[in-house]
Amino acid sequence: MSIEVKHISKTFGNFTALHDVSLRVNDGELVALLGPSGSGKTTLLRIIAGLEVADPNPASEILFDDSSVTERPVGQRRVGFVFQHYALFRHMTVFENIAFGLRVRPRALRPSKAEIRDRVHQLLKLVQLENFGGRYPSQLSGGQRQRVALARALAVEPKVLLLDEPFGALDAKVRQGLRDWLRKLHDEIHLTSVLVTHDQEEALEVADRIVVMNQGRIEQDGTPEHVFHQPANPFVMEFLGQVNVFQGRVRRGQALLGEMAIEYPNYEADQEREAMVYMRPHELDIKRSRNGVASLAARVVRVNPAGSVAKVNLRAGDGQNIYVDLPLERLQELQLAHGDEVYVYPKNARVFVPDYVI
Amino acid sequence: MSLVARKRNVLPGFGPTLGFTLFYLGVIVLLPLSALFLKSAGLGWSQFWKIVTEPRVVASYKLTFGASLIAALINAVFGLMVAWTLVRYRFPGKKVIDALVDLPFALPTAVSGIALTAIYAPNGWIGQYLEPLGIKVAFTPLGITIALIFVGLPFVVRTLQPAIAELEKEHEEAAASLGATRFHAFTRVILPAILPALLTGFAMAFARALGEYGSVVFIAGNMPMKTEITSLLIVTKLEQYDYPGATAIATVMLMASFVLLLTINMLQYWAGHRHQGVA
Amino acid sequence: MSAAVAPPITRVNPATVRAATDEPLGVKILLVTVSVLFLGLFLVVPLAAVFGEGLRKGLGAYWASVTDPAALAAIKLTLITAGIAVPLNLVFGVAAAWAIAKFNFRGKSVLITLIDLPFAVSPVISGLIYVLLFGMQGWLGPWLQSHGIQIIFAVPGIVLATIFVTFPFVARELIPLMQAQGTDEEYAALTLGASGWQTFWRVTLPNIKWGVLYGVILCNARAMGEFGAVSVVSGHIRGKTNTVPLHVEILYNEYNFVAAFAVASLLTLLALVTLVVKTIVEHRLQLELKESTQTPSGEA
Repeated sequence: MSIEVKHISKTFGNFTALHDVSLRVNDGELVALLGPSGSGKTTLLRIIAGLEVADPNPASEILFDDSSVTERPVGQRRVGFVFQHYALFRHMTVFENIAFGLRVRPRALRPSKAEIRDRVHQLLKLVQLENFGGRYPSQLSGGQRQRVALARALAVEPKVLLLDEPFGALDAKVRQGLRDWLRKLHDEIHLTSVLVTHDQEEALEVADRIVVMNQGRIEQDGTPEHVFHQPANPFVMEFLGQVNVFQGRVRRGQALLGEMAIEYPNYEADQEREAMVYMRPHELDIKRSRNGVASLAARVVRVNPAGSVAKVNLRAGDGQNIYVDLPLERLQELQLAHGDEVYVYPKNARVFVPDYVI
Repeated sequence: MSLVARKRNVLPGFGPTLGFTLFYLGVIVLLPLSALFLKSAGLGWSQFWKIVTEPRVVASYKLTFGASLIAALINAVFGLMVAWTLVRYRFPGKKVIDALVDLPFALPTAVSGIALTAIYAPNGWIGQYLEPLGIKVAFTPLGITIALIFVGLPFVVRTLQPAIAELEKEHEEAAASLGATRFHAFTRVILPAILPALLTGFAMAFARALGEYGSVVFIAGNMPMKTEITSLLIVTKLEQYDYPGATAIATVMLMASFVLLLTINMLQYWAGHRHQGVA
Repeated sequence: MSAAVAPPITRVNPATVRAATDEPLGVKILLVTVSVLFLGLFLVVPLAAVFGEGLRKGLGAYWASVTDPAALAAIKLTLITAGIAVPLNLVFGVAAAWAIAKFNFRGKSVLITLIDLPFAVSPVISGLIYVLLFGMQGWLGPWLQSHGIQIIFAVPGIVLATIFVTFPFVARELIPLMQAQGTDEEYAALTLGASGWQTFWRVTLPNIKWGVLYGVILCNARAMGEFGAVSVVSGHIRGKTNTVPLHVEILYNEYNFVAAFAVASLLTLLALVTLVVKTIVEHRLQLELKESTQTPSGEA
């Protein structure tokens, strides 16, 4: 089932959590809402679920499969909601937790006891907790609790699955395992899902599409590949992975950074403007000598070869820190040592001109 | 009890403070209480049994336990409402009302007793309107129950308030997202979570009511077999210098209080440890 | 979801939409109204009754009742009683909390239960046990009489019964507070060369001052207002062994209602002041507790 929200705003006192946000999630898609805390991503998810009500506005609407659910209370929206801190009912066993949504249905719609039991066992199997039905939440690990929370949400056969920082409270290793498992589960059941996270790696790895949010607005909406490689603005660039930021100028199709010039056909005017130049660490190379092409002179501060790439920290003449990721074999060739004078070459760069719209 | 701190501790003062604590506890509490039990034991079983099963005494038990139970039940229902209202809602005057809940703790029982009598006497503030309807409050078991509701109210409210405040909103949201109505969320998610606190508050209100004296004697009328509570009967026996009678009845009441104290402690242990079986 | 069961698209009416964890407005209003009415009937009406009845015959009669020599004697005795019982229970409470909160020893939980015991004993029985111990027919009665000491039907008995019923107040406030605060700060003071007393006065006491005050306020209110226990041991000798609550009872039983309520209104004012101070102190106490639980507690 598709989800569409139109012109949603939400204020809490004098804090504006969402500014006129509109978004569409297609049937069967897994979309990640990615952003720092306070960006409004959780508020948007809660409004979709019906746990929160958007500010009154005649244009604002929430549509499931193109029919409005704006006034429908949460219990009737058929959403599966997975809470950050699990929100398992601690006085109920795992089995009772999962069965809860079926047992509270009106009598006419309630499945029989046997059907409930079968359904719960099926779900326990799905989340790989077959033998845990009789336990209480306090007897489970964090990862197990989160899987129970997911099974409980799935028990009511929701039309959409909403996950609020589902792995936020777990340690790194468990998180990785659950992430892979969630992606596999989604590929099996193809339930339209929205995942809220502040972890860019998680979003890039799991989602079909990423919606980057900041200060109550959507900054960019696209595939993981797209948002990572073609960030729409400096915020997205900086939020998705490490980046070197340089202050430069643009003029006649070129961005100028010290003595370095980078092609920038978007700005052909003669008048010079301030610009920001962004380069990811893996998009930079280091050379021992300056071979004619413009480059940045810098001094090696620290080399850390522990990892799949070597992390080199350099300092430019004006004191700016530069981070470079070098393939290990390239480091071997260069034989860098602390204090060496070297030249940094960009393989790729992005230029953003503040307040300049093409 | 060991007088030696198990772990070597460099902080001073353990010996003197524990010594003083035990001495003071012994002199003020344990010695006088044991006087009651020894005196009672000195009566011999048959005499003890004869005193505590006299019809007038049994009638006082029935009245005391019955009125205390009804008062505690009413407090459980209204106390839950009051606690919920005070924790979850905002309305004008809430702070004053919240502070006022402790009034029965702070107001001397004799004052509550005469005030309630002034209100519910046949010519009293409220009593005069009830009289024509045929409802008699003062000098009947109903009046006793009202006095016991008054003294027990803070116990239920004050035990429930922190339990309700600690409820996590997420649990109610989870129930709502799973399709539960607000009623279902209340009966299946909220009520089980606050049940230990509710039972504890109920037991405390009941225990307090059993031993209550000051607020009841004025409104009770104190008619033997009809409106005479057990505490008053003990005082009456004392005033007639019937020490064996007073002692025996007091022993029965004290045992009942201790059983309740044990129950309350077990409820609190249960509240802290339930649903935490061996992992 | 089929389109057939979906409601027609309508515009949001904010009055009909509420958060998932809210009760319907009607239920809310009902709950607040019932709660306020219940508390009004059971708490506010009795309060009003005390002052209303006390002032029934005007301020003159009120003043005369309050300044009657017997009333003044009762006030004096009540102040003396509280003046002895409260400090003694304060010293006990601090000592007990120090031993229990700062040290580990076997039988600690039994000790805590025993300290709470007087709360489980009904007031009348609290008085009775002292009559059985010190009365004419009690264990020590004959010996006391032969030495000319009178405890029951005299001031010492009243003080003893009052100490008994107010016994746990200070201790039960301080024990959890000091347990939460742990022993780290005391150890730090010792390593800096402070003596035991210095550590207590300069480190421990400032940390628990609101807890102490809270316990003292509750202890004092009960000490001045106790009726059942004191009634049993006092003998009701007017002008000699009558505390204020007992004086109220006598006036009431003599059908001197205005005087009874006038004197009762003094106790009511004390209760109201207690509630106000308690509310203020409670707030500070919660801060005290919160600060202490933010740092991990020591071994105690």
